[in-house]
Amino acid sequence: MSNTAALEANGLGKRYRNTWALQDCSLRLPEGRVAALVGPNGAGKTTLLQLAAGLLSPTSGTVRTFGQPPDDARARSLPDVGFLAQDQPLYKNFSVRDLLRYGKHTNVRWNDTDAVRRLDALGIALDRKAGTLSGGQQTEVALSLCLSKHPGLLLLDEPVSRLDPLARVRFFSTLMDVVASEGTTVVLSSHVLADLERVCDFVIILSASRVQIAQDIEELLASHKVMIGAHDDVSHLGAVGTVVRSSQTNRQITLLVREPPAVLNPLWDVREATLEEIVLAYIEDPTAGSAQRLQALGSS
Amino acid sequence: MIWASWRQFRVPAGIAAAALVVVAIALTITGTHLAHLYDTTVATCHATSDCSAAKSALLGTYGPLQNAASALLIATPAAIGIFWGAPLLAREFEMGTWRLAWTQGSSRSRWLGVRFAMIGFASVAVAGLLSLLVTWWFSPIDEVNMNRLVPAVFDARGIVAIGYAAFAFAVGVTAGLLIRRTLPAMAATLGAFIGARVAVASWLRPHFMAPVKSVIALHDVFGAGIQQTPTGLSYVQPADVPNAWIFANEVVNNAGQAPKVQFLQRACPSMFSDPGASPANSGVGGTGTATAGPTRNPNVNFSQCAARVGAKFHELVTYQPGSRYWAFQWYETAIFVGAAIVLVALSFWWIRRRLS
Repeated sequence: MSNTAALEANGLGKRYRNTWALQDCSLRLPEGRVAALVGPNGAGKTTLLQLAAGLLSPTSGTVRTFGQPPDDARARSLPDVGFLAQDQPLYKNFSVRDLLRYGKHTNVRWNDTDAVRRLDALGIALDRKAGTLSGGQQTEVALSLCLSKHPGLLLLDEPVSRLDPLARVRFFSTLMDVVASEGTTVVLSSHVLADLERVCDFVIILSASRVQIAQDIEELLASHKVMIGAHDDVSHLGAVGTVVRSSQTNRQITLLVREPPAVLNPLWDVREATLEEIVLAYIEDPTAGSAQRLQALGSS
Repeated sequence: MIWASWRQFRVPAGIAAAALVVVAIALTITGTHLAHLYDTTVATCHATSDCSAAKSALLGTYGPLQNAASALLIATPAAIGIFWGAPLLAREFEMGTWRLAWTQGSSRSRWLGVRFAMIGFASVAVAGLLSLLVTWWFSPIDEVNMNRLVPAVFDARGIVAIGYAAFAFAVGVTAGLLIRRTLPAMAATLGAFIGARVAVASWLRPHFMAPVKSVIALHDVFGAGIQQTPTGLSYVQPADVPNAWIFANEVVNNAGQAPKVQFLQRACPSMFSDPGASPANSGVGGTGTATAGPTRNPNVNFSQCAARVGAKFHELVTYQPGSRYWAFQWYETAIFVGAAIVLVALSFWWIRRRLS
């Protein structure tokens, strides 16, 4: 089970003309996880998801879903991967029923019983043309198509961007039901972390077209600490580990530190970091992951 | 996958089928009348009276419809390329639905293959049926005109429309795949289709087979006369090679030289002696007057003139004979079908390897 990752990338890169949309991306998402893919706009979230869905082919490196390359000629990976594109495209002149039939006729594995029940509960009539539905309703229909495919891996690109707060709650509860009953692995992208925090147990942070973090959220929280110390004697505070982010006022210095040493100078005031603090730190400074020493900070 | 393709194609298919039915009804009614007219007038004219009157009456029947039927058959493959071919992929890209279509359970090669097969077959069927109708409709007229290898007629009869339609559809799909925008893809399809048609018709088709050169003795025949050319006067005689595609029709001597003005004036003095008949309006070639020659001169003068010119000169016709009609139809169709196959292969390769 743990030998094949639901999603695995090695040195994955995608270049458009002279611009790298994604560079040197290596990550491994085990089966059954719900991953938040976060990063600012243009960080490469959509590129990564489209590479995984086989809609783009990589410029360098490889990506595999359940061990299969997505650009395989016989498309063996396709039945196992559900992809919800950013603008949730639908054939606008198809009725909802026709869209479900479309899915039934283009997929080996298809069961839309749940989808029909859910759309009915949402008050979306099956004979409505997709083009006449509201943005939120179109998202619901697009998600229904994805879920009826019963894929092992769901790739959802900004799925809640067109949903109102109530619909978001409903969306995530649907998603969690599916994860609980089918063990589906999910990658959800958003640039609003708060949307994802409650449902995800894994986080992939993209910034400046590179993967900063791809890790279990609990491990990530455990490995990062916020340290606050007096600014005037920063040079006496000793080794602190890798500084991800630092901010200083006249009186004190606040550091977000990865893997701090077990024994710290008691002059530091240490507390747990929140996920939001960690994510923002990595997004803000794409070089944050690289080694940075307090000494260097002190001299700056 | 077949249902999915059909669900997307059923509206355009319905429009085409309805249009084809309307055209078929109109052409069947008028075509039956044309055939009847031919049988009762042209076919029996030898027994009764003047054939040329019967022929020109037939040729004048449904004049506007003749133009419309030819134009419709010429335009249909282009329309297929523009309205069926170009949007097939370009619209998926424009609407973003390619990301829906290509993340379902079957490969994009299969997705494309089913569409190529279904809509490609419909394209060929529509063009084939329409060409069958138009060819049948024109058969009495072609029987009279005897010009079926001439480009404007050749292009609008027989099986070539099938090749044009297959090619236009493939060009449209390929353009949509490479350009990814519907309107520019449509424009490119039209441009490429016209370009290919013109190139084949003007550069390749004349060389499908080596043209035949025929030497014909000069006579005083219907349509013959003296004509002014940029270099002076020349004796002209219509080439008597039915259904041929004539490239050149010259009056030359054994050395290949055209008659000089002085020679013509000597050989046919009465034709130029009248001050009222300047060389410019003595041109009578192919005007349809049975008494070839200037109207003020009696027919006998022109007969003498033709005999004198004919003693030294003959008519040299370079042409593709009408017997090659079907060979040319097959060659032309094969070229366009072959090009369509190459484009289809390119599309499959592109959608699998190059796209993204």
